[in-house]
Amino acid sequence: MRLAAMFLAAGSLLAAGAAQAQTPAAPLAVKIGVLNDQSGLYADLGGPGSVWAAKKAVADFLATPAGKNLKVDVVFADHQNKADVGTAIARQWFDVDGVDVILDVPNSGVALAVNQVAKEKNKVFINSGAAASDLTGKACTPNTVHWTYDTWALANGTGKAITKNGGDTWFFITADYAFGHALERDTAAVVAANGGKVVGQVRVPLNNADFSSFLLQAQSSKAKIIGLANAGGDTINSIKQAAEYGIVEGGQKLAGLLIFLSDVNSLGLKTAQGLTLTEAWYWDMTDENRAFAKEFAAANRGVHPTMVHAGVYAGTLHYLKAVAALGADKDGAAVVAEMKKLPTDDKLFGKGEIRADGRQIHPMFLFEVKKPSESKYPYDYYTLKATIPANEAFRPLSESECPLVKKS
Amino acid sequence: MFELLGIAPQALFGQLLLGLINGAFYAILSLGLAVIFGLLNVINFTHGAQYMMGAFGAWMLLNYVGIPFWGALVLSPIIVAIIGMVIERTLLRRLYHLDHLYGLLLTFGLGLIIEGLFRRQYGSSGLPYNNPLPGGTNLGFMFLPNYRAFVVVFSLAICIGTWFVIERTKLGSYLRAATERPDLVQAFGIDVPRMITLTYGFGVGLAALAGVLAAPAYQVSPTMGSNLIIVVFAVVVIGGMGSIMGAIVTGFGLGLVEGLTKVFYPEASSTVIFVIMAIVLLVKPAGLFGTVK
Repeated sequence: MRLAAMFLAAGSLLAAGAAQAQTPAAPLAVKIGVLNDQSGLYADLGGPGSVWAAKKAVADFLATPAGKNLKVDVVFADHQNKADVGTAIARQWFDVDGVDVILDVPNSGVALAVNQVAKEKNKVFINSGAAASDLTGKACTPNTVHWTYDTWALANGTGKAITKNGGDTWFFITADYAFGHALERDTAAVVAANGGKVVGQVRVPLNNADFSSFLLQAQSSKAKIIGLANAGGDTINSIKQAAEYGIVEGGQKLAGLLIFLSDVNSLGLKTAQGLTLTEAWYWDMTDENRAFAKEFAAANRGVHPTMVHAGVYAGTLHYLKAVAALGADKDGAAVVAEMKKLPTDDKLFGKGEIRADGRQIHPMFLFEVKKPSESKYPYDYYTLKATIPANEAFRPLSESECPLVKKS
Repeated sequence: MFELLGIAPQALFGQLLLGLINGAFYAILSLGLAVIFGLLNVINFTHGAQYMMGAFGAWMLLNYVGIPFWGALVLSPIIVAIIGMVIERTLLRRLYHLDHLYGLLLTFGLGLIIEGLFRRQYGSSGLPYNNPLPGGTNLGFMFLPNYRAFVVVFSLAICIGTWFVIERTKLGSYLRAATERPDLVQAFGIDVPRMITLTYGFGVGLAALAGVLAAPAYQVSPTMGSNLIIVVFAVVVIGGMGSIMGAIVTGFGLGLVEGLTKVFYPEASSTVIFVIMAIVLLVKPAGLFGTVK
């Protein structure tokens, strides 16, 4: 009996030694897939820039001692804002190409679909580009982390600030899919909680060019605030045409609920000035951010990074940390559990954590878009109005519909 | 009656006017397509890209050369038309004796290439272009921006002018004759190939003109054409391929229908035109104004 135990112990020691001796020869292979809109209306806020950010995170991590035993590949694909295309690519990546983690995935419709595939295949999904708070709400899974922002945080930032400043009647122009609905729902809740009232809404198909009809409906609603629960090109067209129809001169105010740096750039400060918006990250806030932006711009036609790009960077980095700590990457749920266990810490988002529901927690910022005269250099667009501390920026776990959150 | 529909008459008039404005864009674009199809028998899928080039042309003229909107309204369509004529001379011409499908494939591919090049250079989210006619008039039932009023009047003038030239002048009769019997027209000493090149250039110029008109109202972005072109093809199909008058009337008419849909059932506003297209194809396959050849 004792002899057997000794043999067993010796055997396991040998096995451990062998395993250790093996690692330098065969590094752990990790394959990262960036899945987003490479060519359509969301390509500038994520797109090729997100691929660059993921590659940058990989390079930064491999340069640290922890990255010694990893071999990382980055692949990317265009989901064309179609859920069926997105899931087909996700399945192909997981089943055939050996991809371990999917990143970015803007467009909530596609993100919610990929979310299910990642769970089914027990892989990892780190979302940066999509907004629907359902990803960490009722659709949460043990395989998903939502990094950058969500509809709850946007509503809580912009919606609250405007309602508290007297904007107590709202009319929503909403993009007619998962994201728009979630943003409208979360904002309406914030408006109501702060004593405001929603007087109407109109659901507009995605990728609409002409908003005059909807703006006119908003105008005749007499609401003080016209909430734009849409994104990208749709938001740009809404704001541009609102200026044409004299909406702001008529006394109504626009609330862009999701506006990215790339949108402000394409509107021009003349049209965008004075807009209040909520973002998770802005390039011109710290030296680290500015250095990141400088490198990003050099590689991307001078364009500056959006919060989505920053989120892809930070998400990739934290994922690699978890994989290195675990020494394995095939069990997606285990990797995400490790990601939740390790505190997050990177140069762009600073210190934070990933909660049980998969929500990454960090401060959010309320900005105002500068006047053309206040902007001193390219992409000098925002003035910081308020910082929403990390513990108030996202939906509290006590209100969570996520089944992973244990209610006491 | 208006109350029965659940909408105030003022709002309805406003929406009809808006429909007319959108119809103006559809009309100019489908007119260009109809001219090209009617006279060249080419289904010009590059039309969306050429519309986008018109808008970008205006942006470039402003930002690189300093020429304002009114100059661009003339220059940009001419420049894009010249590029179009080069394409016709070097590529399209080789396909006339083949099936429609080859021209369609070539122009579709060209459209994708042009769009891709612009996206590579300028990104996908668009560029700012300021409104040359800010302000507007309060009509009582709605606030009509000056610029939109200009668009409607200007496009109507262009549409009617084009129709007049093709259907009522000697030049137009040459053109129509050249499409029926090019050999015979050539025998009368008219340079048919050059006429065809100029016609293609004219159709392309119309697309670019619509692009310049769109620049101040919509975002100037590489995908602006591909978003619109499918709708415009539906307009042409409903009007009847190649029918000049059909393109103009259905352009404005479908703008109105779409405008009304945006009030009563906004979720369907992006599909209503295709529903109408399906019905028209079932009932009158040649289109409302088309004739079976």
